[in-house]
Amino acid sequence: MTMMGYKCMQQGGSVLYRLTGATGRRLVAAVPLVWLLVFFLLPLLETLQVSFTTAQRSVPPYAPLWGFDETGFFTNFTLDNYALLAAYWQDYIGPAGNSIKLAFFSTLVCLLFAYPMAWWIARSTAKWRVVLLVMVMLPFWTSSLLRIYALIGLLNPNGFINSLLIWLGLIDAPLRMMQTDFSIYMGMVLTYLPLMILPLYAVMVRLDDDVIEVATDLGASSVAVWWTVILPLTLPGVIAGSLLVFIPAVGEFVIPALLGGPDQLMMGKVLWTEFFRNRDWPVAAAIAMLLLAILTVPIIYARYQDGREDHASDPQAGTP
Amino acid sequence: MAPFIRLTALTKRFDEVVAVDNLSLDIEKGELFCLLGASGCGKSTLLRMLAGFEQPSAGRIEIDGQNMAGVAPADRPVNIMFQNYALFPHMSVAGNIGYGLRRAGMRGAALGERIDALLKLVRLSGYGGRKPHQLSGGQRQRVALARALARQPKLLLLDEPLAALDKKLREDTQFELVDIQEKLDTTFMVVTHDQEEAMTLAGRIGIMDQGQLVQVDTPRTLYESPKNVFVADFLGMISFVEGRVTKCTKTGLVIDSQPPITAALDQQRGLASQLQAGDKITLAIRPEKINLSATAKGAVNEIPIVVEDLAYLGVASNYRVKTAQGQMFKLQQQQNRRADKPPEWGDAGFIQFDPADVIVLS
Amino acid sequence: MTGRISLPVMCLGILGFGILYVPMAVMIVFSFNAGKLVSVWSGFSAKWYASLLTNEQLLNAFGLSLFIAFWAATIATFFGMLIAIAFVRFGDFRGRLALSGLSSAPLVMPEVVTGLSLLLLFIGMESVLGWPAGRGVDTIIIAHATFGMCFAAVVIQARLRDFDQAIEEAAYDLGARQPFVFFSVTLPVILPAVIAAWLLAFTLSFDDLVIASFVSGPGSSTLPILVFSKVRLGVTPEINALASVMISIVTVSVIMAAYVMRRRLGKTG
Repeated sequence: MTMMGYKCMQQGGSVLYRLTGATGRRLVAAVPLVWLLVFFLLPLLETLQVSFTTAQRSVPPYAPLWGFDETGFFTNFTLDNYALLAAYWQDYIGPAGNSIKLAFFSTLVCLLFAYPMAWWIARSTAKWRVVLLVMVMLPFWTSSLLRIYALIGLLNPNGFINSLLIWLGLIDAPLRMMQTDFSIYMGMVLTYLPLMILPLYAVMVRLDDDVIEVATDLGASSVAVWWTVILPLTLPGVIAGSLLVFIPAVGEFVIPALLGGPDQLMMGKVLWTEFFRNRDWPVAAAIAMLLLAILTVPIIYARYQDGREDHASDPQAGTP
Repeated sequence: MAPFIRLTALTKRFDEVVAVDNLSLDIEKGELFCLLGASGCGKSTLLRMLAGFEQPSAGRIEIDGQNMAGVAPADRPVNIMFQNYALFPHMSVAGNIGYGLRRAGMRGAALGERIDALLKLVRLSGYGGRKPHQLSGGQRQRVALARALARQPKLLLLDEPLAALDKKLREDTQFELVDIQEKLDTTFMVVTHDQEEAMTLAGRIGIMDQGQLVQVDTPRTLYESPKNVFVADFLGMISFVEGRVTKCTKTGLVIDSQPPITAALDQQRGLASQLQAGDKITLAIRPEKINLSATAKGAVNEIPIVVEDLAYLGVASNYRVKTAQGQMFKLQQQQNRRADKPPEWGDAGFIQFDPADVIVLS
Repeated sequence: MTGRISLPVMCLGILGFGILYVPMAVMIVFSFNAGKLVSVWSGFSAKWYASLLTNEQLLNAFGLSLFIAFWAATIATFFGMLIAIAFVRFGDFRGRLALSGLSSAPLVMPEVVTGLSLLLLFIGMESVLGWPAGRGVDTIIIAHATFGMCFAAVVIQARLRDFDQAIEEAAYDLGARQPFVFFSVTLPVILPAVIAAWLLAFTLSFDDLVIASFVSGPGSSTLPILVFSKVRLGVTPEINALASVMISIVTVSVIMAAYVMRRRLGKTG
């Protein structure tokens, strides 16, 4: 074969390769994109639709939002479901406020425990670090439902803690721990603590020891070092962890359902009740939209933080 | 008067490892002292003990007559500049420089003036509002220096101050560092593993090995008159020849190497009385002190050789030559004229060196 | 970096680990209790484990959950890998913003919303397309694969970002072509992340109660659905035994995985 012919072959091959490569690349991105459009975005739009229709005794138990019948185009558009949420605000908006309050304080309690835990892990020797990280990850891999069930066994009026305290003679009558804010916070910490620890650990382990020593060297007390150097530098982890806990905590269902009482109503449980007990799907859809509206701000903030993280991790930033 | 900084029998043990071993050292006020050693020789531990991050296992540290035992890092008149600078990434340049001053309670106009003066000192006026990631490597180094100098320490510790800079920048920076040191008359202690950095910066160098100071002297003395094989080998290139003394007078000696080598003892007269025929001894010759020629010249130390290896560097050429008995010499020849035709690989020739240039190591 | 830990930090840390572990430990101990309560010890007995083994309802739900989790995790890992490759390798392609939004939103979407909206979609699709006919195992798998792929994508992306592309270039240089390079060079290097992503998607599917409750049909009660209905009725000692078994399985696998990882790291480092 001549050199010329060989070159032509090579170029032809590479053009062919580039063509299939381009199609292949398009497919790689397009297939999951289509899947997520169909099974994530479309359902949300469907829910939005359903939130504007009326409930009726049929299968499915709601009227179609629009369609064509013998009289031509018809629509069942209504704002009744949202009006209902507003009219019975203590039953719907109240739990929404309650969700935010409980999620907020749960985040704070998680932070209170996670910050020292992450610090401890980050400052351990390599060997201990693995052990402690595994101990943090382990609950993460076990069913949160079963862990909350285990917590019930501890907190029940005739549960382990009450029996222990009575046996020790510290109390006469069982303490009421179930169906209180306390039980909710315990459940939230049990479920979400690992999610708070991991991002905190990630920033703390990257923290330059020299920076802390420089601050000490320049005359800062240990409180001043924490306040002026460690806290600002670990703040991204605090924010990331808080969002990871707060966002799912607002929509949490299992914890208020199993550990909470009537005073610990949360959005997730209200939606569930509306859907499964009252079978009012349009109202449930409206609650879902309300929940999404509440979470829009923290979700968008979380995306913005992520973008900043990516930006900050370029090699130009920080000390070499 | 006691010296400005005095380390007495300083020792630091980590479990079974002795990082710093019974080390004593005096440093005068305003000196630029350099601690030179390979990694793991204990120099970083010594630095951290001076800064107060590690407590000595034994011995004492005195700075300006004050015993440092039990004094916290924050309260010591010592500041440190880390190798990676350890700038606070979330603070501006001014915030970094002013950090130590604010901890000392300085606020307002006084603080601003002091920061401006420091920025001017390190030629960064107008950069106060920038963040560390907006600075070049050299600028970061100068911010770290200004920050460490802000509290007017009696002793400034510099951990590999030039290591993070590229070669071109290092040359400018090292002179600048010396300038600032002379201007402020602050005592500097540089710790480095880089001999070039040490030689150019320091007034005195202490060479450290296995937790001990092997030799403390000026750069010239260390290079031209090293005390022992370790120091001679550590600084620059050198060739060693071992042998037994066959003849020893007050002014020179001869050893029984093949062929015999004569060394002058003019500068080391004291040695003459300790040595006698039959003693084992090591001689050393720096490469630039050896001359290479194609023909014999009849000098005192003249040895026939064959060129084993050569590396052309432009300014000079480095040679490795071998005697008939297998003794290797490293030598350097200047390229003084463009038309020079230096010996090539495999060429035979002669080397000559002055007995006065032979270093006698005990 | 290592250093001294102050006493308050240590105390809060121990308390935190206590909250994570004490409930599980107490439950495991009392799963061997002859009595029904998680408080009064009435003698050692393994009878709840025995009755667990004969409880066909629980065993069937367990099998069903394994089946669903296996397929959901497999689909999720495959799609997650595609998403990760698109993000890390394709630079600025059309649809990048859409894909990044769509693949990260499910991570933060409340489960009740995801569950409800998927159910509404399935019902809508059934009336328009005639598929899926009713709800059951297939709809749960689709639902779990959808949010599982987003988690898988995050895990695989992290690894792919660290991947030194020069390795691939070396393979091209040595004469390999694209599909072969992927399977012989890229995949083996990112395999630990792929396995981790599969395990994560599997666990998420296996533990999911809320989404499965919405999209399951009459004959498709997964283990969490069954456990939840039993727990609501009160304390059932069989669940203690079941939970203890599952926690033990996870503990052993996680510790083994950590051990294997450490040995691998030890060899390469």
